Amino acid sequence: MPDETITLEVTRYRPGHDREPRSQSFTVPYRKDWVVLDALNYIKDRIDGTLSYRWSCRMGVCGSCGMMVNGVPKLTCAAFLRDFQPGPVRVEPLANFPVVRDLVISLDDFMEKLLRVKPWIIRQTEKPVAEGEHRQTPAQLEVFKQFSMCINCMLCYAACPVYAMHPGFIGPAAAALAYRYNLDSRDEGYRFREPVLNDSVGVWECTFIGECSVVCPKGVDPAAAIQRSKVAGAQDWAKSMLMPWRGRS
Amino acid sequence: MAADEAYVHDILIIGGGGAGLRAAIAAATTSSRLSIAVLSKVYPMRSHTVSAEGGAAAVMRDDDSLDTHAKDTIFGSDFLADQDAVEVFVNEAPGEMIQIEHWGCPWSRDPDGRVAVRPFGGMTVDRTLYAADKTGFHMLHTLFQTSLKYDSIVRYDEWFATSLLVEDGRVAGVAAINLHNGEVRAITAKAVIICTGGAGRVFPFTTNAAIKTGDGMTLAYRAGVPLKDMEFMQYHPTGLPGTGILMTEASRGEGGYLKNKDGYRYLQDYGLGPETSTPVHRKMELGPRDILSRCHMQELAKGRTFEGPDGHYVHLDLRHLGEKVIDKKLPFVRELVRNYVGIDPVYEPIPVRPVIHYTMGGISTDIEARTPLAGLYAAGEAACVSINGANRLGSNSLTELLVFGARAGRAAARAAQEAPAPKSNPIAQLVSDERRRLERRILKADGRERIADIRETMHKAMEEGAGIYRDRAGLEKTCQTLRELRERFDRIGLADRDPVFNTEVVAALELDSMLDVAAAVAQGALLREESRGAQARTDFPKRDDARFLKHSLAYHTPDGPRIEYAPVTITRWPPEERKY
Amino acid sequence: MTTPRVERPGLYYPKLPATWWLRRPNYVRFMIREVTSVFIAAFLVVLLCQIRQVGQGPEAYAAVMARLASPGWVLFHVVALAFAIYHSITWFNLTGVVQVVRIGDRQLPPALIAGGAFAAWGVVSLVILLFFLRG
Repeated sequence: MPDETITLEVTRYRPGHDREPRSQSFTVPYRKDWVVLDALNYIKDRIDGTLSYRWSCRMGVCGSCGMMVNGVPKLTCAAFLRDFQPGPVRVEPLANFPVVRDLVISLDDFMEKLLRVKPWIIRQTEKPVAEGEHRQTPAQLEVFKQFSMCINCMLCYAACPVYAMHPGFIGPAAAALAYRYNLDSRDEGYRFREPVLNDSVGVWECTFIGECSVVCPKGVDPAAAIQRSKVAGAQDWAKSMLMPWRGRS
Repeated sequence: MAADEAYVHDILIIGGGGAGLRAAIAAATTSSRLSIAVLSKVYPMRSHTVSAEGGAAAVMRDDDSLDTHAKDTIFGSDFLADQDAVEVFVNEAPGEMIQIEHWGCPWSRDPDGRVAVRPFGGMTVDRTLYAADKTGFHMLHTLFQTSLKYDSIVRYDEWFATSLLVEDGRVAGVAAINLHNGEVRAITAKAVIICTGGAGRVFPFTTNAAIKTGDGMTLAYRAGVPLKDMEFMQYHPTGLPGTGILMTEASRGEGGYLKNKDGYRYLQDYGLGPETSTPVHRKMELGPRDILSRCHMQELAKGRTFEGPDGHYVHLDLRHLGEKVIDKKLPFVRELVRNYVGIDPVYEPIPVRPVIHYTMGGISTDIEARTPLAGLYAAGEAACVSINGANRLGSNSLTELLVFGARAGRAAARAAQEAPAPKSNPIAQLVSDERRRLERRILKADGRERIADIRETMHKAMEEGAGIYRDRAGLEKTCQTLRELRERFDRIGLADRDPVFNTEVVAALELDSMLDVAAAVAQGALLREESRGAQARTDFPKRDDARFLKHSLAYHTPDGPRIEYAPVTITRWPPEERKY
Repeated sequence: MTTPRVERPGLYYPKLPATWWLRRPNYVRFMIREVTSVFIAAFLVVLLCQIRQVGQGPEAYAAVMARLASPGWVLFHVVALAFAIYHSITWFNLTGVVQVVRIGDRQLPPALIAGGAFAAWGVVSLVILLFFLRG
């Protein structure tokens, strides 16, 4: 073991064996260009092969490796050990999700919510491929581009106290993706997503704590997407009340 | 459902990346009555397609032509590409780009609203569509989100396929482990499409994610399907030292320079000049990847590269592009360099070196994505049609996912509509055999060898003997080491016995695949006594069309790969000298 | 209301402790922001009582004003004002996020929109202050 080391306190949980998760301490070499993921890989390769966690791209784009590092949701491939020296570093599974094993959480809830917001282009009539692309100016692209950057890492759900208390809440990422499609000039599906966004577990559950946008590693700003969806929803409702002869948009 | 019952579908797609999802959508739109399963060891949005940055090539402009795209591709392949496949590829590429645009892909645009294109390595004309510098990310998420529209597509997320079930010389499905509970189950189908990606992780320095371990290639290989042209592993000239994180070719397409330690743009010394201040197609930094990677190694041999804690590197200089261009066209590059190197590319040059990036070889298919095994198809990086031959041009691979993913999906759908359903009896027996094999070899393995040790030895052997420059002695040594590692793998020991989300078992299965793939790479390289495309033999430095204008086919035997050869299809472009 | 969650065996469902909001400074700031509503509501009740006393005649009004001049009530009003200002500041800061203003092709920076809200607040406060100073 080289001179400098750092200690990680990692959550362990074996379903069927453990009633609840417990913490296990590991001491790994400290290298200033290592991220928390490098430390976890060292543990798995050299110390304890039974540690389970997800990872893949190690460059912050696949969204697999989200975990709580010292109580903050982070991508462990982008959390540098040097920012936590001298340690110890607490590594726990992503908050507000059911734990499957060790640092692995269940994504079922998010996958169901993603499906519910219909995250695809909806049009009355499909344009034939032979007619070429939909024209979309750089300005039109700019309108929704930011909200299309979501890597589905779930850090926002881990940061959201509303989701913690009401797991039915549609949540930041799903709402942001719905908003992305609503803003896309090629989409005509707002009226299909609107009921999902405005129902009892939709955007109105959000109390604008804003922590989701703080922890988002991609600058998606889901909090903005949700509040703007509220404005759009409220405007729609007002219009439908005041001018009921107009069709819903 | 009883614990032993199989899941039954019409089509089974293994791998949920760009090719797999495109195939699923193509099958679903061919017939809504087909039940389509997509099985992946990770959730689809984690597939490695997500990391691709630069773009996808297609003929979109009036100043371009299908023949030019075909010629560029064939030239770039060092004439090992099958020209009939390339012609189909360039023909269907534009339609696929428009189709994915209709599905919502946020292509970057020209001011008039049309999709924009940019220059890329080895391309004569600007034809690479891009979505900022996260093209793969946007394509994958567009495909995944669009696939959610179809009720007929059923997903098996975090299932690991361990072997193909073959009955009467026809593929009938797979045996797979459900990672969430450790159960081994059969998933049967009348047509199976393998879209599991490449195998960059057999090398130590790679842009590839952890999941790129060639599992699907091995599935086919062990069922008797040959792997074609495996010796051709592409080094991308600009990866970050240490992590291997990709610095997209687009940074050179936008005008970035490669400089050695004297600040000199060295590529002009290797026939890629003259030096120009703005990019010229196919010249200097827009040369093809295999040649650029070799130039770096030659600079290293001359002592003109930098030396750092992670070894040799040169500079990728973007400073002259200015902050505005970098933020607009290469924002992800800036973010990556700041995060992982700790410098700002607007003000400082980026350290880069060649790293393994793409597997030109793969499961041998024809232009309908069919393999020699009835009912089995393959598409994407896992397949070798071959359109990339001995060296792939940047931005052809994202297009390949769409073109051949769609072709595979349609072909499988047609086959599934006509084929009979697999019979359940042999399936149950095959699965039970597979369960026993897994238990004996992996799940209950209690030897003394560690996964990490075998993996590291493999990495060292591949980098030393099968790297950018190869020779007979080095390759023989690597082949020998790999044979020893095979034996050591039989004595592997696993600490994790838990059936729930056992990632140590996954690592062992992946290593098992990688050893087979590595052996095919090394053996193919050893027997190919020429230099062509990505293969550079110091003992055979010239291309030898007389002896080796042919594809290598690696067949699995218990003693290692047996290499045979198959002709290359030449239509309208007779081989010539590859000069840029 | 939210539908009850179906719990699967083997999965561990973490419980959120009642002190969750003490874990991060942003959560504490959020709770303070929400608590401002209590003080604003209390202030409004006191104001309504004042107004009611105005209706009861000059003696009743003088009585309630004398009551409110006590140190305790002054302290309450100072604290309530502090919370109200905090509420307004946090609210206006967020207006840039919520309201998107586009001029031609470009989006106005959120800071500008928030700045506009603060400026309007300043102007209105000034007008009210002048009104009271004059009268």
